[in-house]
Amino acid sequence: MTEYGPLKLHVPEPAVRPGGTPDFASVRIPRAGSVARPPVDADAETIRDLAYSIIRVLNRDGEAVGPWAGLLSDEALLAGLRDMMTLRAFDARMLMAQRQGKTSFYMQHMGEEAVSCAFRTALLPGDMNFPTYRQAGLLIAAGHSLVDMMCQIYSNEKDPLKGRQLPVLYSSKEDGFFSVSGNLATQYIQAVGWAMASAIKGDTKIAVAWIGDGSTAESDFHAALVFASTYKAPVVLNIVNNQWAISTFQGIARGGSGTFAARGLGFGIPALRVDGNDYLAVHAVACWAAERARRNLGPTLVEHVTYRVGAHSTSDDPAAYRPKTESDAWPLGDPVIRLRNHLTRRGVWSEDRHRQTEAEIMDTIMAAQREAESHGTLHAGGRPSMRDMFEGVYAKMPPHLRRQRQMAGV
Amino acid sequence: MARKTMIEAIRDAMDVMMGRDDDVVVFGEDVGFFGGVFRATQGLQAKYGTRRCFDTPISELGIVGVAVGMAAYGLRPCVEIQFADYMYPAYDQIVSEAARLRYRSNGQFTCPLVVRMPTGGGIFGGQTHSQSPEALFTHVCGLKTVVPSNPADAKGLLIAAIEDPDPVIFLEPKRLYNGPFDGHHDRPVTPWSNHELGEVPEGHYVVPLGTSAIRREGSALTILAYGSMVHVAMTAAAETGVDAEIIDLRTLLPLDLHAIQASVRKTGRCVIVHEATLTSGFGAELSALVQETCFYHLEAPVVRVAGWDTPYPHAQEWDYFPGPGRVGRALLETMAA
Ligand SMILES: Cc1ncc(C[n+]2csc(CCOP(=O)(O)OP(=O)(O)O)c2C)c(N)n1
Ligand SMILES: [Mg+2]
Repeated sequence: MTEYGPLKLHVPEPAVRPGGTPDFASVRIPRAGSVARPPVDADAETIRDLAYSIIRVLNRDGEAVGPWAGLLSDEALLAGLRDMMTLRAFDARMLMAQRQGKTSFYMQHMGEEAVSCAFRTALLPGDMNFPTYRQAGLLIAAGHSLVDMMCQIYSNEKDPLKGRQLPVLYSSKEDGFFSVSGNLATQYIQAVGWAMASAIKGDTKIAVAWIGDGSTAESDFHAALVFASTYKAPVVLNIVNNQWAISTFQGIARGGSGTFAARGLGFGIPALRVDGNDYLAVHAVACWAAERARRNLGPTLVEHVTYRVGAHSTSDDPAAYRPKTESDAWPLGDPVIRLRNHLTRRGVWSEDRHRQTEAEIMDTIMAAQREAESHGTLHAGGRPSMRDMFEGVYAKMPPHLRRQRQMAGV
Repeated sequence: MARKTMIEAIRDAMDVMMGRDDDVVVFGEDVGFFGGVFRATQGLQAKYGTRRCFDTPISELGIVGVAVGMAAYGLRPCVEIQFADYMYPAYDQIVSEAARLRYRSNGQFTCPLVVRMPTGGGIFGGQTHSQSPEALFTHVCGLKTVVPSNPADAKGLLIAAIEDPDPVIFLEPKRLYNGPFDGHHDRPVTPWSNHELGEVPEGHYVVPLGTSAIRREGSALTILAYGSMVHVAMTAAAETGVDAEIIDLRTLLPLDLHAIQASVRKTGRCVIVHEATLTSGFGAELSALVQETCFYHLEAPVVRVAGWDTPYPHAQEWDYFPGPGRVGRALLETMAA
């Protein structure tokens, strides 16, 4: 015994559990426009405060204010709204398709649409994202084929990945979307490697890494930070903090660190927090970080502060671990509504146009769905062949696998 | 006695051990408040407090790494890796640390820990929710590897694992959680409540590590199986009419070689079944042992039926899974040889 008495294990607890009243009082939300915009070559040491604040552009009245505003034209903003609405409608249809048994599994983006949709617009052809399962907006904003995405979800005969991969773990080299692994965090460090390769080859391409708040606990995240820091890799390191892993609140992964962004400071990596439900803010921060990478100034860590409104996946029911109304209490609002209000304020959008666009988008999605389903769904219609199962393990099929394929009779 | 699902039996084992031994602690991703994504630890935090059952950050390396430290200190951690497919970040801690601590410190430090993980396919989980990595553990000196096939065994084996002085890898065939899956995915699932091995004794009991069980006595051929393949083998035997003796290995290491020998020497034929990929799978070890110890009794080559040597596919799940059709063909061919 010491004079201090017995030790006690500390286990973080969320502010509220199911049955309680949602409470985000501890989330400090700075006023829109209040956070400075440093030059892109600022020294990480001089902008440490950005790791503890939240960069916001859209205020409560739907105005774009402050030093991070003013980058996007009406047209670009209208396209952004369309992308987010498309992603939301896509999610709704695919969620329903999963419930109807047309596929095994789905993961939606509800509440987080701005993060991937807005970020994509800061990238150039040749840049590569290393996404998680919750960044389909990167594909949608790139104009990727919705039919192809659905065929992947259905694991049907037109699935570009031949039925081999779990739904939503897309891959599109063409659209700068690296094959998504089901293993969390593994790709964060690969993004750094991709970026280092671009530097080794003397190219101009950059890489973008993505990870969830929960997954930052994996060692791969920490390895990525040290390599990115050491080699000043041209990479943007994104953390999507949607407050929850599956059932564990962000405090379990964050521990005693004030914010996830602050993890970058110890590595000398400039670290910013951005309002992830603010399309304009995400876009502005993405441009800032991408420019740093392109100018060979090295990595930037970006924490997107957002909220996972839906269930973790179709295998999950959040009512077991958080209050049902928690998402309504989330102080940063809904990304679609916020951009819509801004466009209305700018005088380029109206209730009517919104409704009309919503209907148009739903038509497009339904047409894509009909086409995708004409090629089969997981348990009915056209499916990938058993031969496809044996192909692609190696560039050239080794004899033992050829024997097995013969045994299987295909 | 009550009929329980395999999940309930596993939870019961942890509950019994946490009740008996204050040193037993349980943790992992989503394991605390929520009770695990498969609900194996449901209610344990409420009953024993956050000191004994808690949520961890998403770091498999971290989970097993702290478990090694705790076990060396004197606790008996029983940790969960959410899916066996996610154990790779923890592999270094398991292989280089947990497995060798006793040996390299000459017993000054030991590592009585259990790492539970759901394994196997059959739920359309694709390549990252379906793997059977048992051979990656049986190849490591210093580890014990357990694969239960039913609720009654699961409880007794898990209690034995928690009480064991050395690290035990406890692989739970997730397709068996709710019922004895016979391999016919297109037929309704029978629940454990209809199966005699769903009968789980109350309180503390052990199924000693290193003991197998004969699930079906027979004279024509021996089937060596474990986990979900035990039930598939039962179906294949019933459907082909081959009078197979089916041995449920239950623990792969230590292995009940006596039971294997006795059976193969009696039947003269042996078919080995596992869901894991064929090449360098645990079946290779079994096949070598049967050849070494039963050669003069064999009337046919030892045959292995296993998962194809590809990653576990999503759409082609049932083409991949070594179901009763493939096992049945192997039985008939071995009888004809
Ligand atoms: C290595 C590994 N461990 C565990 C899992 C299981 N798993 C899948 S998603 C998830 C939660 C991830 O949370 P977060 O990183 O916050 O991402 P979010 O789902 O919120 O976008 C877990 C534990 C996994 N896929 N891979
Ligand atoms: Mg999260």
